[in-house]
Amino acid sequence: MARQFSVKRLPGFSTIAMICFIGLYMPIVTLVVYAFNAGTSIAVWEGFSLRWFYSAWNNTQVVDASIRSLQIAFCAAIVATVVATMAAIATTRTAQYRGLTFKYAFINLPLLVPEIVTAVALLIFFSQIKVYTGYSGLGYLIAAHAAFCIPFAYLPIRARLESMDLTLERAAADLYATPFQAFRYVTLPLLWPGILAGMILGFVISLDDVVITEFVKSGGQDTLPTYMLGQLRRVVTPEMNAISTVFLLLSFAIVTIFFFLSRNEKTS
Amino acid sequence: MAISPAEASEIVRKKDIRSRWLLSAPALILIAVAGVGPLLIVVVYSFLAPGNYGDVKWEFSTEAWFNVLLSRDIFDDTVTLADAHLSIFLRSIQLAIVTTVLCVVFGFPTAYFIATRPIHTRQIWLFLITIPFWTNMLIRAFAIQEVIRNEGIVNSLLMGLGLIAAPIPMMFSDFAILVGMTYVFLPLMVLPLYASIDKLDFRLIEAAYDLYASRFNVLMRVIVPLVKPGLIAGSILVFIPALSSYVIPRVLGGGKNLMIGNLIELQFGQGRNWPLGASLSVTLVIIVLFAMLYYVRNASRSGGTHG
Repeated sequence: MARQFSVKRLPGFSTIAMICFIGLYMPIVTLVVYAFNAGTSIAVWEGFSLRWFYSAWNNTQVVDASIRSLQIAFCAAIVATVVATMAAIATTRTAQYRGLTFKYAFINLPLLVPEIVTAVALLIFFSQIKVYTGYSGLGYLIAAHAAFCIPFAYLPIRARLESMDLTLERAAADLYATPFQAFRYVTLPLLWPGILAGMILGFVISLDDVVITEFVKSGGQDTLPTYMLGQLRRVVTPEMNAISTVFLLLSFAIVTIFFFLSRNEKTS
Repeated sequence: MAISPAEASEIVRKKDIRSRWLLSAPALILIAVAGVGPLLIVVVYSFLAPGNYGDVKWEFSTEAWFNVLLSRDIFDDTVTLADAHLSIFLRSIQLAIVTTVLCVVFGFPTAYFIATRPIHTRQIWLFLITIPFWTNMLIRAFAIQEVIRNEGIVNSLLMGLGLIAAPIPMMFSDFAILVGMTYVFLPLMVLPLYASIDKLDFRLIEAAYDLYASRFNVLMRVIVPLVKPGLIAGSILVFIPALSSYVIPRVLGGGKNLMIGNLIELQFGQGRNWPLGASLSVTLVIIVLFAMLYYVRNASRSGGTHG
């Protein structure tokens, strides 16, 4: 019996797609599997063991870098989300005014500039400030991370604002709510999923950053990614796989939350 | 003093615009200070002389820009093309183009596959594409390193099957960089392509088949022209980060296979020539701007013809 002719089918496409999906996951799975290797090699399997997770846990450098990464990502995500929310409110639901297009473009500009160039620019700028102020804390890293997180936080918040029903706020105003009350009790609760999505995106983006951090950090300010970049130059043990596995798990959890958050938004 | 309603609404409008500027000010200032503003300093630095221990001397000099393209012999002052810089620029552009092509070759069928799934499983396939995209790029580069190294899974598999006697060295080569970049940037191609294919009107394809078009003709003359906006968007999204890649060539290319990003870093590290690093950075930004301009022009043109 002849197979029914399908308009949508293109021969070979499904095969290539499957190769892609396998290709995307095979390296990650290999990486995770060798994290449980009992031997010291990341290539020869010598039995199951959790020793590398223990060894990473007891490595103060790894723990310090992880804590620092989380601190920076947390602060940067909050700062970026707050200013992005304000900017999103200022740039939506308005007639075209002079400067509006400029604001859009400027907020999205960090996405266009190559990361390595931003990193170099910040290295030069911050090194001057360090000389003048004498301050060399985590503030520089948080500011730099917050700046490149803004567009990621801005986009979902703006999308949410634009899809929101304007009549609700008008109704609040009709019922003598002050602009602040209307915002606090009507706009903000409706905007919340967008804000949360923006904050999650910012958090992940900050947590993953290597290049800008590598250039901006002062001595002893390694984050987990820059620590790993330094380690990759040496002989690599499965401890790297163990760290990566925990990192992957964290990213996976966050992205899953984000995915369901944005899906509920669509269905409700 | 009485004011007319028109004047009143004008005052309200002006007040509204002022508060909108105030509200967006923190974001704009933060981006200006810790994001794109310092780029201006890079432009200034590219016209200064290098200091002895890194940093710069505050005197005007075009030496750095001269050095981007040309090199002066230290003994007899003869001028030749700076092969080292030029070849790295050309190599980077080549690698970025090949990466983009590979991403189209693998990404297009994948996006098409996802877009033609039933609606309820489509979300899962999309999720599977997005997950690697949100995991750390460094970890993904490291994962690729594990797969293609001499003792890695590919070589052990081939040797186990008896196809090769000795491992094929793949690490620290252009090949490794290409595999790594394609792996890392593939989702950036699949997602915009999917968005385009998702909107495809399959009645047009049916019409083409009714008119006796072959599968190949349908693909090249109906589907590809219709999804061109997604194809261009995906290509730009892959090309730009591939061109300015730093982590991938550092992890997979080793010390010898530099790309522009590594060349820039070198000037701020061992090279200690900040002005040269600055002028190389500005050159990179200019190349990226041209790529963007090309995209915007094409996007507006194809947007015009397809409505």
